[in-house]
Amino acid sequence: MTCRFLPAVFTRYFLPFRYMLRSGILSISGILLLSGLLGQQLPAQDAAASRIDFGRDIRPILSNNCFRCHGPDDEKREADLRLDSFENATRDLGGHSAIKPGDVHASLALQRILSTDPDQKMPPESTGLKLTVREVELLKQWVQQGAEYQQHWAFRPIARPPEPAIDSKGISSGWPVNAIDRFVFAKLAPLNIQPSPEADRTTLIRRVYLDLTGLPPTVEDVERFVSDTSPDAYTTMVDHALASPHYGERWGRHWLDQARYADTNGYTIDSERSLWPFRDWVIRALNSDMPFDQFTVEQLAGDLLPQPTLDQLVASGFHRNTLINEEGGTDDEQFRNEAVVDRVNTTGAVWLGLTVGCAQCHTHKYDPLSHREYYQLFAFFNQGQDINTTEPVVQVPTTEQAQQLSEMEQKVADAKAAVAEYEDGSVTGSQLVDWTVVSVDSITSIGGALFETLEDQSLLASADNMANEKYTITFRSPRKNITAIRLETLTHPSLPANGPGRADNGNFVLNELTLQAQPQPATATATATATATATATATAPGDALHASWMYATADHSQRDYAVADAVDGKQETGWAINVPSGSLNVNRTAIFVMKVLPVSEGSQITVEMFFGPKPPAYNLGRFRLSVTSAPHSCLDVPDEERARLLAAQKSLEDARKNLTSQIPTTLIMGDLKTPRETNILVRGDFLRKGDVVQPAVPAVFPPLAEQGSGQPAENSETAASVRATRLDLARWLVDGRNPLTARVTVNRIWARYFGQGLVETENDFGLQGTPPTHPELLDWLASEFMQQGWSLKKLHRLIVTSATYRQSSNQRPDLRNSDPLNKLLARQVRLRVDAEVVRDLGLAVSGLLNNRIGGASVYPPQPDGVYAFTQRNAAWPVSQGADRYRRGLYTFFMRSAPYPMLTTFDTPRFDTTCTMRIRSNTPLQSLAMANDQSMLEIARALGKRIQHLSEGDSQSDGQGDSQRIQFAFRICFARPARPAEAQRLTAFLERLRQDLQSTPEEAAQVAGVETKADGSTSDTNVVESAAWTLLARTLLNLDEFIVRE
Amino acid sequence: MNVHSDENSLREITRRHLFRDCRLGLGAIALGSLLKNEQAQAATELAGPLTARATHHPPKAKAVIYLFMAGGPSQLDLFADKPLLRKHHGQQPPKEFMEGKRFAFLKGTESLLGSAQRFAKYGECGQELSHQLPCHQKIVDDVCWLNGMKTDVFNHGPAKLFINTGSPQPGRPSMGSWVTYGIGSESNNLPGFVVLQSGPRGPRAGASLWSSGFLPTVHQGVPFRSGPEPILNLTSPAGVTRDRERQFVDAVSDLNRLKADVVGDPEIQTRISAYEMAYRMQSSAPELMDLSGEPQHVLDLYGATPGKPSFANNCLLARRMVERGVRFVQLYHTSWDHHGGPTENIEKHLPEMCKDVDQASAALILDLKQQGMLEDTIVVWGGEFGRTPMGEVREASGRDHHIDAYTMWVAGGGFKPGLVFGRSDDLGLSVVDGLTHVHDLQATILHQLGLNHARLTYRFQGRDFRLTDVHGRVVHEVLT
Repeated sequence: MTCRFLPAVFTRYFLPFRYMLRSGILSISGILLLSGLLGQQLPAQDAAASRIDFGRDIRPILSNNCFRCHGPDDEKREADLRLDSFENATRDLGGHSAIKPGDVHASLALQRILSTDPDQKMPPESTGLKLTVREVELLKQWVQQGAEYQQHWAFRPIARPPEPAIDSKGISSGWPVNAIDRFVFAKLAPLNIQPSPEADRTTLIRRVYLDLTGLPPTVEDVERFVSDTSPDAYTTMVDHALASPHYGERWGRHWLDQARYADTNGYTIDSERSLWPFRDWVIRALNSDMPFDQFTVEQLAGDLLPQPTLDQLVASGFHRNTLINEEGGTDDEQFRNEAVVDRVNTTGAVWLGLTVGCAQCHTHKYDPLSHREYYQLFAFFNQGQDINTTEPVVQVPTTEQAQQLSEMEQKVADAKAAVAEYEDGSVTGSQLVDWTVVSVDSITSIGGALFETLEDQSLLASADNMANEKYTITFRSPRKNITAIRLETLTHPSLPANGPGRADNGNFVLNELTLQAQPQPATATATATATATATATATAPGDALHASWMYATADHSQRDYAVADAVDGKQETGWAINVPSGSLNVNRTAIFVMKVLPVSEGSQITVEMFFGPKPPAYNLGRFRLSVTSAPHSCLDVPDEERARLLAAQKSLEDARKNLTSQIPTTLIMGDLKTPRETNILVRGDFLRKGDVVQPAVPAVFPPLAEQGSGQPAENSETAASVRATRLDLARWLVDGRNPLTARVTVNRIWARYFGQGLVETENDFGLQGTPPTHPELLDWLASEFMQQGWSLKKLHRLIVTSATYRQSSNQRPDLRNSDPLNKLLARQVRLRVDAEVVRDLGLAVSGLLNNRIGGASVYPPQPDGVYAFTQRNAAWPVSQGADRYRRGLYTFFMRSAPYPMLTTFDTPRFDTTCTMRIRSNTPLQSLAMANDQSMLEIARALGKRIQHLSEGDSQSDGQGDSQRIQFAFRICFARPARPAEAQRLTAFLERLRQDLQSTPEEAAQVAGVETKADGSTSDTNVVESAAWTLLARTLLNLDEFIVRE
Repeated sequence: MNVHSDENSLREITRRHLFRDCRLGLGAIALGSLLKNEQAQAATELAGPLTARATHHPPKAKAVIYLFMAGGPSQLDLFADKPLLRKHHGQQPPKEFMEGKRFAFLKGTESLLGSAQRFAKYGECGQELSHQLPCHQKIVDDVCWLNGMKTDVFNHGPAKLFINTGSPQPGRPSMGSWVTYGIGSESNNLPGFVVLQSGPRGPRAGASLWSSGFLPTVHQGVPFRSGPEPILNLTSPAGVTRDRERQFVDAVSDLNRLKADVVGDPEIQTRISAYEMAYRMQSSAPELMDLSGEPQHVLDLYGATPGKPSFANNCLLARRMVERGVRFVQLYHTSWDHHGGPTENIEKHLPEMCKDVDQASAALILDLKQQGMLEDTIVVWGGEFGRTPMGEVREASGRDHHIDAYTMWVAGGGFKPGLVFGRSDDLGLSVVDGLTHVHDLQATILHQLGLNHARLTYRFQGRDFRLTDVHGRVVHEVLT
């Protein structure tokens, strides 16, 4: 960076360019300025007796010419000489010193400055710097008067100067209204300059409305104010505007500029992010007149406040407006570092009005901010969890969503409880299944097999082995309420290949298994019958119960021979156990689960097993049966009821997820639990780490009041971790002892009303900045601001109700020479409104405006092809309905391709903080106003509004026209048209009518009316509509339309 | 209804602008002398913001055409034959070569990739060219070859910003903006800084590449799109004929003058002028974009087809713009980002890109030369960085971003024709001779336009910013 002044040759070439900054980023030397304007304050060149003021007269000379080599920066210091403090400048350098108070001849620095020897002369010729005769004279006088150093004005504590007494004789009527006017007039009076008269009421109300709300007053608003004869008509009007919810939008936009708010991540991919809840928080906070100190703390450290509210977390999004680079192959640490740098620089610019960024690479050349101190500030912001990432975020439900969510949470909880309750009720006793091996009473075979009961109660088949076999087994139930039967198929040496089946390879195919039972044990008489005939149609007692299978499982099933096939009611399918590799001749277990079979202990149960109808035979060789009453839940059975309950729970959970996904999120700040170490970065390079530093504020300022607030409790207990936090820094910024925050804030607000601040370099209150034109007024306002509890609305009211503010903005020939920059504030200024307000004005006057406040950003129509030049052909889902006509500040802001209308009118890109916008005046603006689709829509709507003012007037009735033109003027400019203006518009209208008459198709195009096949249109008088559209277009394109007068 | 009679008073009022506009070291000038120059200053102000104006020193060039090869072309497959690379193809690079180097995607295990292109030396200067750029052979002695280019950042967005604005972070003015800020424009019916785009998509980082940053937006690059409406909102609404537009502009001007009579604000005069220029642009811009009037042999030279958007068309348009006084034209062509993926590799896609740009790039030089325009037009050709000697392990051959040694070329505007400047080591990893840092190139281009890069500054947030930050050296070796 170059922090030096430019040589004169450059100045010569570049002076004339009118289009350069209008934003107060100027650095005209205070001396020069004051010498021209406020000559009475300065020591006249020959008035040796007058007192030199160090800050006003000397420091700029030293700062501009000497400090680069003899200032605070250790690395660039020459000859080990510092001229930036009394101690250093007067230090004994071996019998002499650079500055010897009271003695020019003994002051070496002066002698070098006065030297004619090119090798001796200071500043050296190579720097291109040269002191003027006058500057040298001032330095001499200063040394003679004692070479007093004073602290830079902006770093001194804010004192409350007394309001100057002014002579009320000869002052303009209406002056003074409040203290502001006394301070302003105190500067005017000695110069015999009168303030400008108050602007007329139509100008005043439009000025106040545009300044406070960014919207024009309605015709009714204007009429009410103009006809209000009460003495407090003006303050009533101001209070009305201040109470408008649109105040938060207008001043929120100013703040969002400083917060560098945008809707995308920046850099190349530049994808969408959700941070608009932060934007809405700003609007709400301002509308509720949140005190500026609280406003500050919540944004800089809302996340560190004790038990932060959702609002406070959202507020902490201020510093999440930094860029995120999503490009492939990036080093996240590099971009994390850049985000932190931006946070430091933004905080410095917004609250301190200092160019702290200058110290990122080296000690500040002019201001008392060392390279080390920069990284001490950096350390406050170096603790973030975000590492070039979107996280951390927080959900921000609307009231309605919060309500729905809470209802949904309850429903999910209920569903979970229902599942738990069901499971509790259905699970009894041990989770282990208690199987009872059954003692078989009888077993028969229709194919001639014979059975042997082995010691383990298993049955072993022998003898005939025929196809189409059926085994029928009966036994008495060892338990009541059977829930499952287990079939163990077992190997035996007597079987082919050891079994367990009787096929050649030892396999079997159990085609079907059935089970039925008597509900009650048979009576003594019945028993015999039952045992004798084990058929399903046994007579008694009660009807037979048939197992209703729910589920089957086995430790192995052959492919295409699933165990479930044994209970599917089909003879064609069955369970088998061959294996693709290894041996099939191992024991296997199948479990068949049924609905609870309400049998009693001792009830007779009959099991039938069917084997393949066709040869070869695949009968079972050895097996054993067991039963259990274990609950289904223990049997791993898909439980329909449970499944139903779980499904209900899942669908509710899905609904909750769906609801949650609709809840907007917003990026917030969050610090790491374990602090990150901060190093000085050599030359600002994140790869070159220097000394470790701790968070601290620069030494030139009062110290932090607190240290360690907002740290997690476990951290704050250890002494080593009592490190200052972001919260400490935020509180320090709005501590009454901080000399800058209040001054910077009131100055910036002042600048929005007068086009420039009392300190013209509103973002540089350092030594290179311009001194205030009205230092006492600045300090008084800063002090008043704090005294009024940091209330922004009170500050606005104070300024807006002053006579100074109410002056006419017309240029004054009598001041052209004496005050061309309007430093004396003897008039108001005309200011072109900001880009968003250009749009708002159009929407408001045409009646299209949807004045809904807040919500996700919207996509008004934009010209095609905006993305032809971006990497990502981003979607621009043009908003339909009312969202098409939202205020400009709600327009989706894509950093890599912002809405054209906005950038055309100087909305910055928000890659970094913008404390004051540029105001340019270009042909592209003309094209946008004249031809943009949105503006055409607005022109048509406005045209219609004017045209239909008074139905019944004949179309070309001259009187009707003139009424309409007057009405149009009132809508657009809040004032009536002057005769010459009305005349010009009438002539224009007449010509349009004649011209359009001959080309009805073109008239239809202008009016936006469909032409039917037969040439007719839905609009009965399309020429009239077109003429009024074009007249409206003309009004929208007048300079006055987009200017606050 | 006429404020012209009041022009003198307006001029007086413009002293306000004088004060507010120049953020410069007024401290060195006495107020009296300021006032003396008032007439001249006011006259310039009334003439408009982009008026051509004096330079720091006599300029050698008055316009720039910057052919931006977005994505980073491979110098190792186009401009620098490295036999050693072929010899060690497939091997890991020696450790000591790699120390301190950073890459976007390389993991450190990649091996050297010898170029498969056929190279030869051409012209008197002997610059190496691969067979992918046959037309470049024709201009090899018209061009100044910068084979020792070096940049600081290895991701596309930051690197594109760096060569355009001197800083890897968005927010600074681009070179075109600095140039029009410094010397204005010679066109009174076209913007001073125009951007054109060809290829499948726009360049990464988008509009911040031609942003005016903190300079007034009048210096912003204006994208010209192909088609009937090259500038956004250029076309009057349907049904508004040229004559009606004239009536509209007249009515707006008259009413604005009536207002100016009352309030005396010179900004109103500026706005009146802006509407007049907008009106002129409505005819001048489409006329400019219409190539159908170009003779067939010129179209053939470029390979341009009227109505069919292409890099070739854009090259020809750039020449037409410079003819009409546009100061800075920047053409982006995407994409040279050949990492080796299925849609971005050296085998297939590098040759396609070469085909897109080779003929037209050469044609632009030949055409400018023939029209006698090359002398005072600087043509710059190159990407945001080069590509690594190591290959990337992907589906096909490709290379990663390389910032330490790559090639750009510059022609015309007092750059030495047929000079081969700079050389990288035998593997192409680092520059061994004739290093030209991006800031040096920026300083040199400004120098040729008559601007001292250290003195072309703008004060923003308390700091004097410049294109070259605190760096940059005019590379006198490459200048005539």
